[in-house]
Amino acid sequence: MAGLKLKNIMGKIAGFFTAASRSGLLWPVIFFGLILLVNALINPGFFDIEIKDGRLSGSLIDIMNRSSYIILLAIGMTFVVATAGIDISVGAVVAISAAVSAYLIGGTLVVENGVQQYVSFMPMPVAIIAALLIATALGMWNGLLISRMGLQPIIATLILMVAGRGIAQLITSGQIITIYYKPFFFIGGGYLFGIPFSIYIVAAVLAVVMFLKKRTALGLFIQSVGINKTATRFAGINSSNIILWVYAFSGFCAGIVGLLVCSNNKSADGNNAGYNMELDAILAVVLGGTSLAGGKFYIMGSVIGGLIIQSLTTTIFSIKEIKPEANLVVKAVIVFVVCLIQSESFRKKVAGVIFLREKKSL
Amino acid sequence: MADLKPIVEMKGVKKSFPGVQALSGVDFRLFEGEIHAIMGQNGAGKSTLIKILTGVYKADGGSIVYCGTQCRFRTPLEAQKKGISTVYQEVNLCPNLSVAENIFIGREPRRFGMIDWNKINSESEKLLKRLNVSIDVTKLLSSYSVAIQQMVAIARVLCISSRVLILDEPTSSLDEQEVNELFEVLNKLKSEGMAILFVTHFLDQVYRITDRITVFRNGTFVGEYLTKDLPRVELIFKMVGKDISAMSAMPQKCLENVSDNKAADSLLEIKGMKKQGSMNEFSLDVQKGEVLGFAGLLGSGRTETARLIFGIDKPDQGECLVKNELKNISSPSDAIELGLAFCPEDRKTEGIIDELSVRENIILALQGSLGIMKYLPRKKQDKIADEYIKALGIKTADAECEVRTLSGGNQQKVLLARWLATKPSLLILDEPTRGIDVGAKFEIQEFVMSHCKEGMSIIFISSELDEVIRVSSRVAVFRDRQKISELSGNDLKEEKIMHTIAGGQ
Amino acid sequence: MNIKNIPILSCITGGKGGNSSGSMFNFKYLLLAATIALFIVMFGIGSVSFRGFFSLKVFFDLFIDNPFLFIAAIGMTFVIITGGIDLSVGSVAALTTMITGTLVEIHGVSPAVVLPFVLFVGSLIGFLIGIMVHFFKIQPFIATLGGMFLARGIALMINTDSITLNNSFFKAVSNYHIPVIGNAFITINVVIVLLVVVIAIILAHYTNFGRTVYAIGGNEQSAILMGLPVGRTKILVYTISGFCSALAGVTMMFYMPSGNPLHGVGMEMDVIAAVVIGGTMLTGGSGYMLGTVFGVLILGTIATLINFQGGSVNPWWIRIINAALILVFCLLQILFEKKGRKIAKS
Repeated sequence: MAGLKLKNIMGKIAGFFTAASRSGLLWPVIFFGLILLVNALINPGFFDIEIKDGRLSGSLIDIMNRSSYIILLAIGMTFVVATAGIDISVGAVVAISAAVSAYLIGGTLVVENGVQQYVSFMPMPVAIIAALLIATALGMWNGLLISRMGLQPIIATLILMVAGRGIAQLITSGQIITIYYKPFFFIGGGYLFGIPFSIYIVAAVLAVVMFLKKRTALGLFIQSVGINKTATRFAGINSSNIILWVYAFSGFCAGIVGLLVCSNNKSADGNNAGYNMELDAILAVVLGGTSLAGGKFYIMGSVIGGLIIQSLTTTIFSIKEIKPEANLVVKAVIVFVVCLIQSESFRKKVAGVIFLREKKSL
Repeated sequence: MADLKPIVEMKGVKKSFPGVQALSGVDFRLFEGEIHAIMGQNGAGKSTLIKILTGVYKADGGSIVYCGTQCRFRTPLEAQKKGISTVYQEVNLCPNLSVAENIFIGREPRRFGMIDWNKINSESEKLLKRLNVSIDVTKLLSSYSVAIQQMVAIARVLCISSRVLILDEPTSSLDEQEVNELFEVLNKLKSEGMAILFVTHFLDQVYRITDRITVFRNGTFVGEYLTKDLPRVELIFKMVGKDISAMSAMPQKCLENVSDNKAADSLLEIKGMKKQGSMNEFSLDVQKGEVLGFAGLLGSGRTETARLIFGIDKPDQGECLVKNELKNISSPSDAIELGLAFCPEDRKTEGIIDELSVRENIILALQGSLGIMKYLPRKKQDKIADEYIKALGIKTADAECEVRTLSGGNQQKVLLARWLATKPSLLILDEPTRGIDVGAKFEIQEFVMSHCKEGMSIIFISSELDEVIRVSSRVAVFRDRQKISELSGNDLKEEKIMHTIAGGQ
Repeated sequence: MNIKNIPILSCITGGKGGNSSGSMFNFKYLLLAATIALFIVMFGIGSVSFRGFFSLKVFFDLFIDNPFLFIAAIGMTFVIITGGIDLSVGSVAALTTMITGTLVEIHGVSPAVVLPFVLFVGSLIGFLIGIMVHFFKIQPFIATLGGMFLARGIALMINTDSITLNNSFFKAVSNYHIPVIGNAFITINVVIVLLVVVIAIILAHYTNFGRTVYAIGGNEQSAILMGLPVGRTKILVYTISGFCSALAGVTMMFYMPSGNPLHGVGMEMDVIAAVVIGGTMLTGGSGYMLGTVFGVLILGTIATLINFQGGSVNPWWIRIINAALILVFCLLQILFEKKGRKIAKS
């Protein structure tokens, strides 16, 4: 009797794991949980959230705030990867977007009677919209090269990546533009109802994306294109347009991040802005369970992936015994560990894991 | 002719995969100097047995005796080294290398430790001459037709001095002339003492060239027979295990629906359409509720015509009228909107989305026609999927299984369901029964004819003439990228069609 | 004496021991020709526009100043032909310089021991990446991305600042000039580059290993079924790339004796650009070592042209020009492929 009950419980647990792993979120969540655990052990007060000056603050809030860059890029990247593509130009687009907004706001500092007057070259909304439009247009450029000209995604986005920084430098004339326009700083540094404004931006984008995924056929079409572009086209779906728009959206997300970066740093550096961000974004997507080969994608997984990367960085920086450069090494190890776990060959070779995904290989 | 001892003897071979017993104790013998066919439906275990013999899979049980000694090949390379070579349907060579290189790669003759290209080129020319092929061996393999590529694959086998040659569906992409040439070569090799194992679906070819037939069914060994002693009907019976007479009772053709009032009942009319490199100028029309068959050899332009009709390729000129109205079809979605549907030839690369579920594959085209915003509610999707799973008899655990776990026949049914769900007025089927077992073949043919009774028009493209004749009320005959004639009524006979293709009419 | 029978020359004139029907349909030769032509044109433009451009010194400087690019690009070419990619080249080179710097400067170990050691380390990293790509089927892009993070991280952990090499051996090699004609000279690095190129050409066209590399790029499934040692070759290809990255790091130190953890940042993109401009297709299966050499020469020429132009040109234009070149060559590749298919059909 007890044996049967145990079997039932084991069955239920196995069933839970299978369902969880089918949703794709199992491993990312476990991973994130592990990191939080490590932090809890090492960092006293890690989970403390206080209210200072009407704002929430604490390590957790910090992580969510700083991870907004990666998460936004990762959301755009998830769709691109799902179509079996890749976008390594996002870092460069971030730099361009930051440069455009800084240029249009201008670096003039006006002080009258000891009080700073806020002056901007173009009205702030114009600067914001221009940056977003240009970023989206650059994404469309990638999309056109890939869908209409037939270029491979990595090479098409490589071109923009290489040229992009050059373009950003041209916009800033090789200088770092510092801006003093306070209203603009709200985007990256402001707080609304005590929560950092950047989190609202992420939440808004996430909400739109989840709505599109659940209420429209977009998710189905994107997965379809990623798995078999030709068959999707024959089924009457415009694969080319879908590919065009996912890259445009990726550019758009990079545009938002550019605004955030410029706002947070109060400057635009064509050389360093967005540096290595594309790699972090891709890493977040892979951690989140979406395969680089395209097909099924997991937006929430990418979000958690972004949180993981950021919290890793925070954890490492907070442990005094570890050099901050170790961040890169840790990221590398995680890349390998996650990829090995995701690799069927690895799982088969190790064996004895509860949820082996089985394929008929006749 | 045959030695007393077989060169290959497999006894009681077992092999299972997760959830499936592919082979349950089968036997097989192969003698030198014979051509031997393994016949059986899809899933009968033919390719599994071959993969075990050639070292791709490891058998779970049973024995393999080769040249008198027990052995087990761990890799294809090992099997090759011992003298067992395979030429696959997809001609597994490297298209980006030259012909000579494809023949010799892996055992290149050397001079001073470096590859001797001159020797490779001259030796390959010699090998190909043995097969009556004279081509420039320094050109890339991809610049030659599939038939030539197969000869190159066979030349590679000769270069290895194999004793056993396995041919897996070698004739699927060949036209009649090329098949003749291939068979000449096989007979020559047979007379030189080669043991040849021939896997094919084409009954005619089996009876033309093989000496012995082994039949498998559902992973079990049914029997080994001399070809000349086994009548066709009996062979099919042993393969299928069903009563043949039941199958010959096919529903009546849809001749009744085709009225005399051509104009009123015209569904599709193509006038003067052509495309450079694809099809010479052609015209055709399809009536409501009729089945129009496309007959012709490989490469004659049937698929190209279908692609032009469906908007996959853009014609250089030509008019298209749907229900007597001039329309411009420039993409598959235009065609679908007008009520057309197209089930392509190559279901793996152009049809199924293998990682998506059965449900998602079935509703895909329907959703495509609705657009991104009008997403079908999940309940509706489930309903449609279940409806077609039942109607077509798709064997799957449930609608959420990934399509790649289904067998070839069931995948084809999913594809069919996808297009039927769009409730088309004209359904174009390109080789819908290729690579499918006999039972499923009949099911699909039956299906085609029952739908045309309900008013759907069908264009049925197939290389198997008997199939085309069975379902069509009219047949358009193609040759060399040209539509040469249309046959109907009493002319719908195999000899007549073949004459037309050959150039009689 | 038939030119077709001279192995090395034949690979330039028309490949593989003679191409009797002419290379009209072989667009890859056309691509190689386009690359070489572009280099000649660019060098010509420079010669016409600037005094002193058309000189052996400028030409040799292309080799003297970019040995790391050449060597890393050769290693990358092998990887790309198999259809893969290696993003770790710059970081492994940097790591090499840091390990050398630490061992030689701080611990006083002899270069004779350290240099073979770092070459081994680079090969080992490549070997491990190869194992992950082949046995565990991890995509090359992400596997080498991880390798890039790892190598760069370790390099930075060794030291965040650069380490100057005062060792006499390095100083001697770095200053050694080999006279060629008149005042023109080359350095030891250039000799290393030439050796690497020659070995690479022999490997690619005259060994089973090289032909297997091409076969894998053409159709890996077929290569396996044809009995080729695909696994061994794939792992070896990444090992070679790791070795070349390490060797590139060594040449960096011969060029400028110091270990710098930030060496080669972004170098992988330059290397990939050189390979693509050299006519190797990223889809794999085709490409020539010689093409890669000219690819690097073209990139070097662009930099030289901008240098000669002086301060009036924003150096960031180099980036944009490089990007434009990659775009043009990729479009050319696609165009030629389409044309090639049309000719084959008719």
